[in-house]
Amino acid sequence: MRKVLNLASLLILATAAGLAQAAESTRRFDREAGHYVDVAVADPYLELHTGPGRGYPVFRVVPRGEHVEILFRRTDWFKVRDEYDREGWAFRDSMQETLLASGEKLPLEDLSHRDFDLYPWESGVQSGNFGGGNVNSLYVAYSLNANLAAQFEVAQTLGHAANGEIALLGLTHAPRPDWRVAPFLELGTGAVRIQPKATIITPPQRTEQIAYYGAGVKWYVSHRFLFRGDYRSYVLFTRRDSNEDRNEWKVGFAFFF
Amino acid sequence: MAAALALGGCSLWPFHKKPRAEEVPVEATAADGSAPAVVEPQVTRRTVKTPKIKSSNFEIGPYIGTYSAEDFGVNPVLGARLVYHISEDFFSQAMIGHTTVGRTSYERLSGGAQLLTDSQRKLTYYSLDFGYNLLPGEVFAGRRRAFNSALYVTGGVGATHFAGDNRFTVAIGAGYRMLLNDWLAAHFDVRDSIFDIDLLGSNKTTHNLETGLGVTVFF
Repeated sequence: MRKVLNLASLLILATAAGLAQAAESTRRFDREAGHYVDVAVADPYLELHTGPGRGYPVFRVVPRGEHVEILFRRTDWFKVRDEYDREGWAFRDSMQETLLASGEKLPLEDLSHRDFDLYPWESGVQSGNFGGGNVNSLYVAYSLNANLAAQFEVAQTLGHAANGEIALLGLTHAPRPDWRVAPFLELGTGAVRIQPKATIITPPQRTEQIAYYGAGVKWYVSHRFLFRGDYRSYVLFTRRDSNEDRNEWKVGFAFFF
Repeated sequence: MAAALALGGCSLWPFHKKPRAEEVPVEATAADGSAPAVVEPQVTRRTVKTPKIKSSNFEIGPYIGTYSAEDFGVNPVLGARLVYHISEDFFSQAMIGHTTVGRTSYERLSGGAQLLTDSQRKLTYYSLDFGYNLLPGEVFAGRRRAFNSALYVTGGVGATHFAGDNRFTVAIGAGYRMLLNDWLAAHFDVRDSIFDIDLLGSNKTTHNLETGLGVTVFF
């Protein structure tokens, strides 16, 4: 009797193990089917790192022909899951060599130059000098075509005699946007609110129209990232007899998306 | 007999044309339209769509800590940050924080003298920083668990609204980020906000040290 029981339990265990294995094999790739992009490794192998960086060790290689699901992307690294549910990070250069179900290579944008159709938006921050005081600014630009972009900008000026807030709408024109260091010309207008600083008598704050022209340079450092420098000449259309002039320079960084 | 030979010869003689004879029926069937032609496949072309891969380069979250306003004591600070990861090395971040400063030693000792009104004691700052992941690595918790982490340095500019005025501020800092999973991170930061203040008549540069503990969500 005991023998029978032992045998029965052994059988149950074996069946359970078999079932588990079957479940394992059928689970390959039908979980959340279609939710993630599925690619096949076409290089001899795909290296999976433990983290999204070149210094993280490779803990698994996925051989040619096996599939991985792309869970998400962080900077130039892709978090992927292999057929055995192991997750790791693969670099974009190696992901570019994987194949979609259609047999095509996974299409990823070119690193070498900015793709204006793919990423028309650009946003950045700059800091510098505005008429002797400090200025911080934040801008968002939209590329109308490869050369021309419309830009909205807000800036805060922090001077010894006055503080101010500026809102500007402008256009930038880059004659050679394909250059890695691309110069541009700009033109714009907006409004400035000036809050004079004085300890004894505080003059009232005023809002004036402002216009500028200038030139600058964008340096496309890496994928989706650039440094930008501007030099501008402003005119403040005051309600007094004469207009005021201000010069401004600022440098900063931006990214496009 | 001769006719039979001639016929046989006819059918047998052009040996080199045999392979072509095999192609003929295929073409013939294609011509009647009974079967798809080799040159005109009736397979519907697969529409190739660019795959949508979710990207997760932004981080957002609150932090709490202490802000030491020079001369005005150490006070709790509450803030929020938005981070954009440009590459595995570089990131940019925007921070905004708020604290209410205490009283100076002079105010405390003199009894009734007040340098600032209550509303002037509210300090709000923003900072636009550029950051570098100086030491990326992993934290090993036990034998089976590892968390990705990075020690980073930041530098940036901004403004501090304090004592009734906006003051241009330069901020340098260092921090530690540990990713608890793919989308949640814990931060510990130390920052020095440097700005000029002319509260007591002459302009002086102040260093305002801040520590913060925060969480962020990647998206």
